Amino acid sequence: MIWRFILKRIIWMVPFMFAVSLVAFLLIQAPPGDYLTTYIAKLGESNEVMDQASVDNLRARFGLDKPLYVQYFKWVSNLLVGDFGMSFEWRQPVSELVWQRMGLTMMLSFSTLLFTWAVAFPIGVYSAVRKYSIGDYIATTIGFIGLATPNFLLALVLMYIGVVHFGSDVGGLFSSEYKNAPWSWPKVWNLIQHLWLPVVVLGTSATASLIRIMRANLLDELNRPYVDTARAKGLSEFWLIMKYPVRVALNPFVSTIGWVLPNLVSGAVVTAIVLSLPTAGPLMLQALLSQDMYLAGAFVLLLSSLTVIGMLISDILLVLLDPRVRYE
Amino acid sequence: MPLIHMPSDTHPIIRVDNLNVGFSMRQGVVDVLHGISFDLHRGKTTCIVGESGSGKSVTARTILNMVPRPGIINGGRIMFDPDGTGPVCLTEMDPRGKEIRAIRGGRIAMIFQEPMSSLSPVHTIGNQIVEAIRLHRDVDKKEARRMAAEALAQVEIPNPEKALDKYAFEYSGGMRQRAMIAMALSCHPDVLIADEPTTALDVTTQAEILDLMKNLQTDLGMAIMFITHDMGVVAEIADEVVVMEQGHVVEKGGIDQIFSAPQHPYTQKLLTAVKTLDEPAPGKVRPAADARDILTVKGLELRFEKKEGFFQRVTEVTKAVDGVSFTLRQGEALGIVGESGSGKTTVGRCIARVYDPNAGTIDYSGQNLVTAGAAELRDTRKQIRMIFQDPFASLNPRMTVKQLIAEPLIVNGIARGKDLEDRVAKLLTEVGLDPGMMERYPHAFSGGQRQRIVVARAIALEPKLVIADEPTSALDVSIRTQVLDLLLRLQAEMGLSFIFISHDMAVIRYFCDRVAVMFKGRIVEIGETEQIITDPQHPYTKALLSSVPIADPSLRGTRQRHRYIPEQA
Repeated sequence: MIWRFILKRIIWMVPFMFAVSLVAFLLIQAPPGDYLTTYIAKLGESNEVMDQASVDNLRARFGLDKPLYVQYFKWVSNLLVGDFGMSFEWRQPVSELVWQRMGLTMMLSFSTLLFTWAVAFPIGVYSAVRKYSIGDYIATTIGFIGLATPNFLLALVLMYIGVVHFGSDVGGLFSSEYKNAPWSWPKVWNLIQHLWLPVVVLGTSATASLIRIMRANLLDELNRPYVDTARAKGLSEFWLIMKYPVRVALNPFVSTIGWVLPNLVSGAVVTAIVLSLPTAGPLMLQALLSQDMYLAGAFVLLLSSLTVIGMLISDILLVLLDPRVRYE
Repeated sequence: MPLIHMPSDTHPIIRVDNLNVGFSMRQGVVDVLHGISFDLHRGKTTCIVGESGSGKSVTARTILNMVPRPGIINGGRIMFDPDGTGPVCLTEMDPRGKEIRAIRGGRIAMIFQEPMSSLSPVHTIGNQIVEAIRLHRDVDKKEARRMAAEALAQVEIPNPEKALDKYAFEYSGGMRQRAMIAMALSCHPDVLIADEPTTALDVTTQAEILDLMKNLQTDLGMAIMFITHDMGVVAEIADEVVVMEQGHVVEKGGIDQIFSAPQHPYTQKLLTAVKTLDEPAPGKVRPAADARDILTVKGLELRFEKKEGFFQRVTEVTKAVDGVSFTLRQGEALGIVGESGSGKTTVGRCIARVYDPNAGTIDYSGQNLVTAGAAELRDTRKQIRMIFQDPFASLNPRMTVKQLIAEPLIVNGIARGKDLEDRVAKLLTEVGLDPGMMERYPHAFSGGQRQRIVVARAIALEPKLVIADEPTSALDVSIRTQVLDLLLRLQAEMGLSFIFISHDMAVIRYFCDRVAVMFKGRIVEIGETEQIITDPQHPYTKALLSSVPIADPSLRGTRQRHRYIPEQA
């Protein structure tokens, strides 16, 4: 039953990803001009001129003179064998550039997700069970501030505090001596020392909104008759709340995985620039600005796959969690 | 096995003594229970009767020391004495403490009204029963599971081993309530508190559950506190009766005394309300002998198709309405009676063309509504109006009464300005409400008043046919007759025809000229109401009638209940 469901969902992903690749390609092509026009304009700024012949030559070499559908077809067929093409700007295979950054991005996203849940879950439950208590008001206030503060501002403030009051080295994910060093235990420790800041910065607003979601959901569930039934059985207050209403209120919590994943990757661009994190965000921004189409395309595609995979994971978890979903 | 004390024990197992419960509000503590006292005895069933808001449910929860927030116990006490070894005081215990938790579920168990929402939607039935057992009995999981299966077998659930692994939504309403009872009784409690356990069930299912509870009481010798608003149910099962009104106990006594010589006017009112519903309304105007047919339904069919898979193949077809035919005359009230799932509501909605029937004709004054287009329907919709069951849900809480009633008049461009206001005022007077209240919002009205507003809205366009879908089911008994009398008056004054959908035979008998009995999408019997009730022909009608509780304790046990099992075609 459940395997059939997962298989069905995976099969559905194939046509969906095709559609995504088409949209991604069209989006990248949407601004007027191509990489070469941007490149020539850039050269023009430094008073270098390129003659028409070499422009045409370059255009033919990059395949930019072909009609759109030919370009798309070539791109997609190369994708199928794992070739993401060359980055115009970096003159490197796109896959090398992307994987290097994606690894760290994924790790950062995952840590942030864990942080978000670990903080939001207990506070959300507490806020609902002790509605209108002092603790609830404090959590609510902090939550709203967290929601309303822009990430980059929070990053700047925390960096300032970190540097001025603790004299710690903030910014980036590694200290300079480890930046290009091979992986070792001291390097991992160095990473952990640097990780907390971006995790807190990136996780705050998601934590705040999850607290609100958990609180609202649980408040709806706490007055259901099945909670009374459990209480009338003689179950202790803590266990009955954990086993019944929290379990039901967890559904929307799980659904958030779907949007948290891509959000962390793309939404963190500004923060990543402020904190100079070697993650995917800044590179993608650069690629889009310079119309480096294969690099940008790869990122858009990866983000979409992350969304789709995130949705798949949350759907599978939902099915495991709620039998009613299973039977529909 | 617990020791079974005989009912001859004179000491009460539970003594509620001058209990006061208040809700702390902004303006101080408002009492909802005013010094109530009564006793429960082993082996006896005590019915707590009263209408909504009388404090029955709060009383039940207070016995388990689970007063719903923001309630507090501010006077009196509840003594619990299961073995005759000296009572313990339940109200003095810490509501979250170990002591009271050992009693909850272990010695005093409770079942609730809505069996669907009272069971967890995401845990199996077995999980929930095993949990209840292991809270109070020191047994391992395997043994607890065996005991749970035994408990399910005791409440006559077929194939208990398999049933343990099912979820509540896989059960029918009656099965769920059986599972609830099994869970409550799994630890052999001394007292069972049942809060309207059969109100949400069909009459036939209700009859089965009541029989089951009676049998289990005989086997286990427990005291039952049974909360209900239905005097018929009281007459069927009670030994003692406690009548409550607005937080006071107004009368208590033995069943025979309460029914034969009620002292308090409120008890008398409750009983009269039930008895008047036992016969046709005195002021009923029958349709004229030469009245023409206003509606002719022929071979009506509606299928619901369940589609599945990539190609949306039809995997399951439910025939909700399966070849229904009847005629309705001008000024006549036709009742449609049946259990949930019989298709009675669907028939009503087909006629109003909320649903599009798959086959058949609905001839309304020469016009076929099945094939009628949107433009033609706009015209007939002025003449055919609907009244729904739940007056709380069918009125938009953000509109004033005036806006609600005026809406059909404005939409159809009939009146505006001063004229509109006059019409609304007239309609409110017509249904027995003060026109001065038209600027208020629905929440300011009681259930009965809201249903009057719904009626006023339905008659605003001076319709010819009203389809009333369970219009009195959500109302208290004493208000039920008032609303029915209002509808009868309007019928007489305006020459209205009614299709009156209900599961309640008494209401149908009071209101309808003729009745159609529906079972699984078909009409199994149709005819004059009195004829059908006194001399039913079809076995299903007989089964249905035999399940209706009679509000007369002296007739208890004189009837043979039977269940209708259709032959497989």
